[in-house]
Amino acid sequence: MITLGFVYVLAGLTFALFAALGVADRGNPKRFGNAAFWGLLALSMLGGDALGDFGNGLLVLALVAIAGTGQIGRPPGGDVPPEVQAERAARHGPFLLLVALIIPAVALAGTFLFKWLPGLADPKQATLISLAIGVLIALGVGMARLKPPLLLPAQQGRRLLDAVGWAAILPQMLASLGAVFALAGVGEVVGDLIGTAIPEGSLFGAVLAFGLGMTLFTMVMGNAFAAFPVMLAAVGMPLLIKQYDGDPAVVAAIGMLAGFCGTLMTPMAANFNLVPAALLELKNPYGVIKAQVGTALPLLGVNILFIWLFAF
Amino acid sequence: MLVLIGILIIIAGFVLRFNPLLVIMASALATGLAAGLDIAAIIAAFGKAFNDTRYVSIIWIVLPVIGLLEAYGLQQHARSLIGRIRSGAVGGLLIGYLLIRQIFAALGLTSVAGHPQTVRPLVAPMAEAAAEAQNPALTIAQREEVKAYSAATDNIGLFFGEDIFLAIGSILLMKGVLDGYGYQIEPLHFSLWAIPTAIAAFVIHSFRLWRLDKRMRAPAERGA
Repeated sequence: MITLGFVYVLAGLTFALFAALGVADRGNPKRFGNAAFWGLLALSMLGGDALGDFGNGLLVLALVAIAGTGQIGRPPGGDVPPEVQAERAARHGPFLLLVALIIPAVALAGTFLFKWLPGLADPKQATLISLAIGVLIALGVGMARLKPPLLLPAQQGRRLLDAVGWAAILPQMLASLGAVFALAGVGEVVGDLIGTAIPEGSLFGAVLAFGLGMTLFTMVMGNAFAAFPVMLAAVGMPLLIKQYDGDPAVVAAIGMLAGFCGTLMTPMAANFNLVPAALLELKNPYGVIKAQVGTALPLLGVNILFIWLFAF
Repeated sequence: MLVLIGILIIIAGFVLRFNPLLVIMASALATGLAAGLDIAAIIAAFGKAFNDTRYVSIIWIVLPVIGLLEAYGLQQHARSLIGRIRSGAVGGLLIGYLLIRQIFAALGLTSVAGHPQTVRPLVAPMAEAAAEAQNPALTIAQREEVKAYSAATDNIGLFFGEDIFLAIGSILLMKGVLDGYGYQIEPLHFSLWAIPTAIAAFVIHSFRLWRLDKRMRAPAERGA
């Protein structure tokens, strides 16, 4: 039976390959930092279960130390020249889109297939296993038709991942922080505090506090991912899910989207709001935010309403 | 009460733009200490959680495929598809782009479009040209507005499309955090619950783009 272990091996080998190619990249002054970062991640994927809890903790500390001291990065460049891409796109365009669609199609089909035919793969992890299979199929089909140099996918993949940098493990770090919050009982404490602010027994008040909290925290931090573990610990888990028995999938999914409404309204999310204004040479650096507020506010109201309607 | 220090550290750290990984680690250590755990126990607890949530970071295995396809011109192909939106009207053009952006993002193809890839070279100039054709006396302020709406449409299409894809970072983050509380939920459930909001975002923003279109047709009365 295929388990998540198969996916971790695949991910571990991918990161190990990125690390090996990274260390060979003499043009990059930060090549050792990059290689160490992806190498440690490869170790985590391949051998995390053998490291023990404290060993994994030390591995995380090492990752944080490498990222926190600015040891990872890369100079720009290394992509295929635009003229070559344009010429290839003219020849292969529709095929490229087809290959790209293989991944979500297999992920979705596998999710249902593995539930329908139990015993082939761990049904609890059907989506992630199917995603990995989809990646392998897409890569195989793409390589067979395009016949690129053998290492081209790995080199280009590494280039993309190096551009993401330490942010690649941000969601995993925030999920882990959520677990520490849960262990320390943060939710209970905030829940008690918020409980005094929300009228006793008011379900709608609690939903409102959760939705607005996601938006406001996101606006302050510029990042809905960071707001999520905080607001879930504070309001989502103790009140909406535990006390009022709300559907956790709805609370989480639509709560996150309420946070995205906050992303549309804050200069702290510079990549989305300030960089494009500069790129388009707008006179008002907040012009993009101004154009978004009128969509973000009504959509926030809709999200709060949706949680209230669908979760309970 | 003391355990709330972790939340304060997260907020202050992100606002002050420290490296987020450092901020998260500091928050975890402070929270654990405030709850009476010793350092070794906190490191072990964080290490266990990190190991248990490794699936959150497996999305990066798609990068070799994306890298291969982009080297062979996937972005150019996406651009030529967007360039084929046949609408003389600025509203229709941006509504078409919104739809394409949402669909691409929902299929996990978040990087085939974006501000440097499509908005600056393609969508903003096309929108500006359409507005100009509608109203030859377009003011500078109106041009700015059309360009700002082009960027806004890209953001909205991305944000409210990507969460429909089964294995995007935010979905796996939700799965990871809820796992920490003992709730095991399939990514598909989060994906499905992103669809109502995706539709609402399309409707609301399309309405605003239609209003923009009408504003661009009216002769400019104010402004420079």
